[in-house]
Amino acid sequence: MDLTFSEEQDELRKVVRSFLAKHSDEAEVRRLAADPLGHDPAVWHRMAGELGLQGLAVPEEYGGSGFGYVDLGIVFEEAGRALLCGPYFATVALAAEALLRCDDEEARRDLLPGLASGETVATLALTEEDGRWDEAGIRLTAHGTTDGWRLTGVKTYVPDGHLADLLLVAARTPAGVSLFAVDAGAPGLTRTPLPTLDQTRKQARVRCADTPARLLGAEGAAWPALARTLATASVLLAAEQVGGAAATLDAAVAYAKIREQYGRPIGSFQGIKHKCADMLMEIESARSAAYGALWALDGGDETETALMAALAQTYCSEAFSRVAADNIQVHGGIGFTWEHPAHLYLKRAQSSEVLLGSPAYHRELLAARLGI
Amino acid sequence: MELDFGPAVRDFRDELRDWLARHLVGEFAEHRGVGGPTDGEAWDVRLAWDRELAAGNWLGVGWPREYGGRGLGLLEEIVFAYEYARANAPYRATVNALDLLGPMLLAMGSEAQKKRFLPPILAVEALWGQGFSEPGAGSDLASVRTRAERDGDQWVVSGQKVWTSFGVHADWLYVLTRTDPDSQRHKGLTLLLLPTDQPGVEIRPIRNLAGQDEFAEVFLSDARTDADLVVGEVGQGWRTAMATLGIERGTTLLPQQLTFEREAEALIGLARQRGALDDPMLRRRIVDAWISVRIMRTTNLRTIAELTAGRTPGAQATTAKLYASTRHQRLGRLAMELAGPAGQIVGRDYGLDTRQRSFLLSLAETVYGGSSEIQRNIIGEQLLGLPKDPRP
Repeated sequence: MDLTFSEEQDELRKVVRSFLAKHSDEAEVRRLAADPLGHDPAVWHRMAGELGLQGLAVPEEYGGSGFGYVDLGIVFEEAGRALLCGPYFATVALAAEALLRCDDEEARRDLLPGLASGETVATLALTEEDGRWDEAGIRLTAHGTTDGWRLTGVKTYVPDGHLADLLLVAARTPAGVSLFAVDAGAPGLTRTPLPTLDQTRKQARVRCADTPARLLGAEGAAWPALARTLATASVLLAAEQVGGAAATLDAAVAYAKIREQYGRPIGSFQGIKHKCADMLMEIESARSAAYGALWALDGGDETETALMAALAQTYCSEAFSRVAADNIQVHGGIGFTWEHPAHLYLKRAQSSEVLLGSPAYHRELLAARLGI
Repeated sequence: MELDFGPAVRDFRDELRDWLARHLVGEFAEHRGVGGPTDGEAWDVRLAWDRELAAGNWLGVGWPREYGGRGLGLLEEIVFAYEYARANAPYRATVNALDLLGPMLLAMGSEAQKKRFLPPILAVEALWGQGFSEPGAGSDLASVRTRAERDGDQWVVSGQKVWTSFGVHADWLYVLTRTDPDSQRHKGLTLLLLPTDQPGVEIRPIRNLAGQDEFAEVFLSDARTDADLVVGEVGQGWRTAMATLGIERGTTLLPQQLTFEREAEALIGLARQRGALDDPMLRRRIVDAWISVRIMRTTNLRTIAELTAGRTPGAQATTAKLYASTRHQRLGRLAMELAGPAGQIVGRDYGLDTRQRSFLLSLAETVYGGSSEIQRNIIGEQLLGLPKDPRP
């Protein structure tokens, strides 16, 4: 019976928060949002070298430090709070997880240490033009040749696909959905950055034209592993959403304490006070969803994890979007300006809501898992 | 997910489960799930069930042995609340004394008061009602007007109390009174223990919207009680009362959450039976109802985990009531909608089924124990540090 954080975990949170306060403050977020790369390699390497954040939950045998998902969730919550820009989610929550879950020990030994050490930036290329996150959405094809596999087709909305050194690409072979590793320098691979509404999270279109690729695990057997990867990533995204939501409430409350109207701080009026209270209730409920899912992940119960992952992604998506919008309302006109950071969180909430499939999609996943 | 606190309390849990399985039978079993903080139904059976529990020494698990309790810890109390709710045992008729007055006396009562009042509570020999609210003081308890004056070695109490849960059955009341006539607001209040069996106390039942006499209004005209029946200090009744309400907020949610889970399951069953799961609009609301009860559970588990780890519970312990009460009302409305016209038919003598009763009584959950508006003020001011409301 746990569901509370240890002192070590509190300490981890403190360290990560203070690191990000320094290296992902508003000025830095705005700088990277405006930058086409959207990534500061120097900070990335310090995250890996000083704090070991990329390899935190990667088992030690693959070069990581073998912590649990609760620990990793703390990092994602703090990353969300700071609107961290860069390929952390793509590398850690998507690519490393996909490698861990595909049944390919050799690939894990080859590839994971690079991710864990921060040497390799990686991502998972799964969605195509229709943006579907289910098995049927995968149509990019792979065919075998005498000297290995070749991919042909287009992936899009690939998180940080423009800068990843390694792309894990879901493709279809006659045997079914399979997972491939593609090197960023592979022939026939073209990557086009997409202009995104949320500039703090970059995406790219990735075109493969007879591009050589390495099959991970057995041909046609990738979907169950990918589904588990997406469930885990959903939980980590939920933690990130909780952090973002909490930051918007902090901003709303700070403003409500100092902004005066009719000779009083606006936070003394119930119209504002009760809105802030509802925001906190939503955030605490979202925390329960995300933390419950993180604990389920560490508990290793697959059924419970699948349920809680879908629940967390549904709930935390909607909660973050709602409180990010409420924050703008509390700030009034100033919250509607480009200069104020409120819109950065609103847009992050929006992009997070669909990053791994919409709330409606996750609700259906949940319904299916509940048998209703 | 099952609550498991490890081997230390497993024996206790098993003993309790076994006892419940053997005793929650016959008429008691027929009244499974009956009752709630605002439900006075099946009073006699529930009282008999409380006596059964008392005979098994299951009341006051965490209270010291010298007052008739088991002298166990917080963990066992939590396990008791959880297993009790899991067995769907009838809501306890003695809940007022067990969950509110008892802990208050343990924390702030005199030794003589503890010795005199606690054992009869655990033996279900004395029933208690809470006399806090007044017609003019609902959420704003500081505007209490009931007066108490010293007359020799007694207090003389006059005024009116209202919404006294199970008041018609109460042998004793714990009453918030104004002992300093010149005092304002929360100063000059005193908490008194007052016997109801006297000419100065008149108790009239109030029927609730479900048709039950579960609470009462209490008229006090020169009612008397002994001078030493002050809990805490004279003039410090506000502090004593607030401590009680704090206890109330902490203890009611765990059993509630299991009841709500059962209702959500019943709702899904009904939806399946009615083909409502094929309707995407209803389907969405049904999944959301399930999500909300799972979130309540996880929120409670977070709070329990923090309490048992010796940590101060976080903000979720305070926001949980607002969440649970508002979401439970949604669940109730959806269940009634799914039930359709059949849900509109009641039994003889306005006899309600579980769904109807739960739906109607859920409307009280955003009022009692601090209304949702008061909850939002508490969250805003105490957790977020926002300035107090403008007050004249």
